[in-house]
Amino acid sequence: MLLALILLPAAAGLVCLLIASDPARRAILIVTAALEAALSIATWVNAPPAQFGGWLAEDALGRLFVTLTSVLFLACSVYAVAYLREEREKVHSDIEEGFFFSNAREASFTGCLLLFLSAMSLVALSQHLALLWVAVEATTLASAPLIYFHRHHRSLEATWKYLLICSVGIALALLGVFFLAVAAIRPGDNAVSLILADLLKDAPRLNAIWLKAAFVLMLVGYGSKMGLAPFHTWLPDAHSEAPSVASALLSGALLNCAFLGILRAHEVCIAGGLGAFSGGLLLGFGLLSMGVAAAFIVGQSDYKRMLAYSSVEHMGILAVGAGIGGAAAFGAILHVVGHSFAKAMLFMVAGNLLAVYRTKTSNDVSGALRIVPVSGLLWMLGILAIIGAPPFGPFLSEFVILKAALDQGRNFVAMAYLAVLAIVVAGMSAPAMAMAYGRPRTGGTEPVRQSIVFSAVPALCCAAILVIGIYLPPVLNRSLHEAAHLFSRG
Amino acid sequence: MNQVIDSILILLTLTGFVLLGSSRLAACIKAVGIQGALLGLLALVVQSGDLSITGVVLALIGATVKGILLPVLLFRAMREADTTREVEPLISFNLSVLAGALELAMSLWIGRHLRLPADPVSSFFVPAAIFTILAGLLVIVSRRKAITQVIGYLMLENGVYVFGTAVALRMPVLVELGILLDVFVGVFVMGIAVFHISRQFDHIDSLRLASLNDRV
Repeated sequence: MLLALILLPAAAGLVCLLIASDPARRAILIVTAALEAALSIATWVNAPPAQFGGWLAEDALGRLFVTLTSVLFLACSVYAVAYLREEREKVHSDIEEGFFFSNAREASFTGCLLLFLSAMSLVALSQHLALLWVAVEATTLASAPLIYFHRHHRSLEATWKYLLICSVGIALALLGVFFLAVAAIRPGDNAVSLILADLLKDAPRLNAIWLKAAFVLMLVGYGSKMGLAPFHTWLPDAHSEAPSVASALLSGALLNCAFLGILRAHEVCIAGGLGAFSGGLLLGFGLLSMGVAAAFIVGQSDYKRMLAYSSVEHMGILAVGAGIGGAAAFGAILHVVGHSFAKAMLFMVAGNLLAVYRTKTSNDVSGALRIVPVSGLLWMLGILAIIGAPPFGPFLSEFVILKAALDQGRNFVAMAYLAVLAIVVAGMSAPAMAMAYGRPRTGGTEPVRQSIVFSAVPALCCAAILVIGIYLPPVLNRSLHEAAHLFSRG
Repeated sequence: MNQVIDSILILLTLTGFVLLGSSRLAACIKAVGIQGALLGLLALVVQSGDLSITGVVLALIGATVKGILLPVLLFRAMREADTTREVEPLISFNLSVLAGALELAMSLWIGRHLRLPADPVSSFFVPAAIFTILAGLLVIVSRRKAITQVIGYLMLENGVYVFGTAVALRMPVLVELGILLDVFVGVFVMGIAVFHISRQFDHIDSLRLASLNDRV
């Protein structure tokens, strides 16, 4: 069952790269995505046994991440098919500089989407830390062609930065994995197991200095992929140039996978009695990311870049939650779910606005509520959700993290956290609301018709974050607590 | 046996310096290829006590990929990018080599403090690995051309690999192959990107890839 979760999308991806018919490929994309989502939900009912001597296993964190990824992927694939149908024409004119460009072949787009899904499932399910590394690097390679879908110089520049920064970062994470192996070596015995369960069992005997060095390297390595400041520089470029549906997946699913890599290292540190060390580093990088993101969100003129910096901010929140530990760990895990759906929804809606207004500058978009009523409404709701307004999911999780910080007497952390959140609320809501309201500037004031899929998919995401914010189903609640317990430090 | 390992590690360090000091792209690609071959040799010598078939095959595959396949790929990327064959550094070659010497001093210092818990085969393992990593990073940040950044990345990976060999831990075959495959595909994709950059821009100057920024 676990193997199927990884091999099914990989096989479908390879088939997509080989066959010639566009409609068949789109059908394969949707069918595979639906099967994958069904499979991952089935693992909630029937816990699958570990495979290959514990290399692949589904713990609470893995189950949550693989399900979240596959459900989000299903939503994105439905949107992607509608998007690809619109993008059929051969030549497009660039919206910023007016030159003409063509798209990459659709085969490579759908194929890479599915390979990307396979790599992300492997990240969630692998319990062997070196295998986890292989999977994270594979996600970089499978997603790079998605960013370079529109063949022009800006997307190429974004792809290049993404490839280089992430690959270099991840190479450091591999060094971290090796350091971890050194920490586990006992004199006279070279057999080291990098399987998480074994490491956790042996953790008290791990060499502290090497373990610390390993955590730092893995935090820097996976952190550059996750978008923690100051290693986030690839993120705004990639998110603003990639097709909106790819941005939705990058932000909603890929960043989580990198976070999972850091959490695994954090788990080992906690078991080895170094939880205060690794937690402190996570807290520091988290606050720094939030601060840097807030500074760039204020006055940001490009609304896709604004969303990208908001991802940096939310990754910071996740790191802060994991760093504080205790009840905040639950907040962080809940925030993973809320942020994924909210950000995926916002990127899809941003794609709708981009298609109608043909500009990424927020000042040039106005009256969205009149021109594209549904997308305009979803845009407003999404922005409210992402800045942490009740009753949406992110409000609840941000509040849980704040409360945990105060309960633990970390008043300065709580103050900094609140200050940054306030700045982000101001920085994001002003331009976003101006985009929704206001007098339509371009051409007529008649509503523009868009395919129902373009609004239905983000609307479903919106419903999901609303449900989490109001009523957490007991199954989900229990599972979130189980997942949080793995890294909550008591 | 220790002397052989030491000499391989010293050769590895020297090729690092060659790479930092050479002005021709071809020489750089050759240097990084030689490093790859040396790594294969190193993996063989380290396990010479108890040679296993899988160990030998893995070392050979590693040497073939890093010593032959990837350099060939890079040569092709260089030809197709049809660029001038100079390195175009941002800092002078003298300064590069000097910085390299500083990095070597730093790695030796780190190597003294970060001791492997099990008795190490050679005390030069950790410094050599860290020097290769740092030199790779230096190449990435101090050279203009996109292709030299790929070379720097490959060098960085080589350094990480040296460390992996130092620990002499038997990674499962699947993982070793996975790591190798990732590096190979990584360089392959970067090579394609270099080709697209040259076709799109008529240059592969990474400094001029600067149209994306925050217009606040």
